[in-house]
Amino acid sequence: MKRTSLWTAYGFLLPALSLLLVFTIFPIFVGAALSFFCYNAVTPPVFVGLGNFKAIFSDHTALIALRNSIFYLAVVPILQLLSILLALLLNEEIKAFRVIRMLFYIPVITSIVVVAVAWKWVLAEDGLLNGALVSLHVVRSPIHWLTDPSLALWSVMMVTLWKGLGYYMVIYLAGLQGIDPQYEEAARLDGAGPISVFRYVTFPLLKPVVAFCTIISSIAAIKVFAEVYVMTSGGPLLSTTTAVYYLYDLFMNRLQLGYASALGVVLAIIIGALSYLNYRFFREGGFESYA
Amino acid sequence: MLKKSFRFLFILVIAAVFVAPFYWLVVTSFAGSGDLYAFPPKLLPGHFTLSNYAQVWSAVPMARFFVNTCIIVFWGTLLTLIISALAGYPLARFDFKGKKVIFFILFATLLLPEEAMMIVNFLTCSRLGLINTYAGVFIPSIGSVFGIFLLRQAYLAIPQELEDAARIDGCSPFFLWWKIMVPLVAPTLATLAVFSFVAYWNSFLWPLIIFKDTNLYPLSVGLTWLSGTFATNFRLVAAGSVLAMVPTLIIFVALQRYFTKGLTAGAIK
Repeated sequence: MKRTSLWTAYGFLLPALSLLLVFTIFPIFVGAALSFFCYNAVTPPVFVGLGNFKAIFSDHTALIALRNSIFYLAVVPILQLLSILLALLLNEEIKAFRVIRMLFYIPVITSIVVVAVAWKWVLAEDGLLNGALVSLHVVRSPIHWLTDPSLALWSVMMVTLWKGLGYYMVIYLAGLQGIDPQYEEAARLDGAGPISVFRYVTFPLLKPVVAFCTIISSIAAIKVFAEVYVMTSGGPLLSTTTAVYYLYDLFMNRLQLGYASALGVVLAIIIGALSYLNYRFFREGGFESYA
Repeated sequence: MLKKSFRFLFILVIAAVFVAPFYWLVVTSFAGSGDLYAFPPKLLPGHFTLSNYAQVWSAVPMARFFVNTCIIVFWGTLLTLIISALAGYPLARFDFKGKKVIFFILFATLLLPEEAMMIVNFLTCSRLGLINTYAGVFIPSIGSVFGIFLLRQAYLAIPQELEDAARIDGCSPFFLWWKIMVPLVAPTLATLAVFSFVAYWNSFLWPLIIFKDTNLYPLSVGLTWLSGTFATNFRLVAAGSVLAMVPTLIIFVALQRYFTKGLTAGAIK
């Protein structure tokens, strides 16, 4: 590689770096600073020290929102498991499979608003799902998918699951295709059944991909917003109020910018910790010990 | 053979259940008045009609939403491509002071949630007069770390000899980049273009914050407004939803291979 003048290198980097400075790095530091202030965007900010953070831990809604967001992580293992199964089922170069793989990918490229609007009607009390369940005599009376506080968050998760399935399936398919068939062939010759081949050969080799997908989907789950905004507006009884939904509400409707920033800082810390845990968990017995 | 056809049938059933909500959305958008929730659901609309589409087009500024979305997508995608193609080049091919620091910063920003930055970005945008403007939607996100890394990978794959030959011929660095390097990374630029297109077309939370004026709404925000306004007439909402998803569907079907390429670029080395 040739040493080039600093001017040339930074000339190419200038537009990207200046944008990132203003819209990514600046907000990180100012956002962190703002979390120590009480600010409503109209009157000058007032320094309150750790007041906002203390308030979060005595604010009923904030605690419920954080709890719901963490609970939302339940979608991650289900989503990953189903995506891997789907990838295994469709991992064959048949023309019909190519079409079916495309079908599973449609929700991924569709606006989350369209997806949520469609599902809101599917899950309505007199919606498609209840219609099907009642006429097939699976249930006697319609299920309150989105209006029962003990059920609503699960229903929203189902939509996230439905939208994400195709995305992870494609990544796993690429991962599966990257595995040398010799390994699986060797295990089969040694008399391993399909389940053993998967458990002892395929899955360990797929682990780096599983790690990547788990981290990505955990971060997405913690940050869920649009599904909640369109389908339930955080209700009933705060049962679907997630951290980002509450942050949006504090910011846009209540103009509590300092307090919302503090919630953003808490969220960033949770996401950082989560990524680190995922990384640690998957590194052990991961690819390095097999390669 | 039996096992194989059983597996095939199983996959077909799963796929059918999976697309049912979308299928129903499309059927409903063409359905005349009558029972929305007839069971078993009708596979084809009883009274086929285009009136829902005509109505939604006239009842809300749907055409306006379309144009707004197209403007945001066009500028957002174009600028993302230019900025990523510029920034990825020195990170792949030059050796210069501060490169490591820049790498570290880029990686670090990938981990931080943009939701935590949106409050300050809103304040910045209002200082810059970008609230209620199209530019306010795309300017904060055109410096895309994903795009920069994607392009850097593409530049790394180009043989050094090609570049050296051009340099001996006395090309200026900018000319060399524009005439030699950019055409060589065109496939990757196409991948990034497809991804940016879908991302800007579907972006929701940020435009929701930036726009106060209904006439400037992109489709995603317009649809939530539509579904609130016509809460009792789902046929109209369905028609609007179908209109909003058709362009991304066309792009996807036409340019499918670029999607797979971009998706797996991050996951598998």
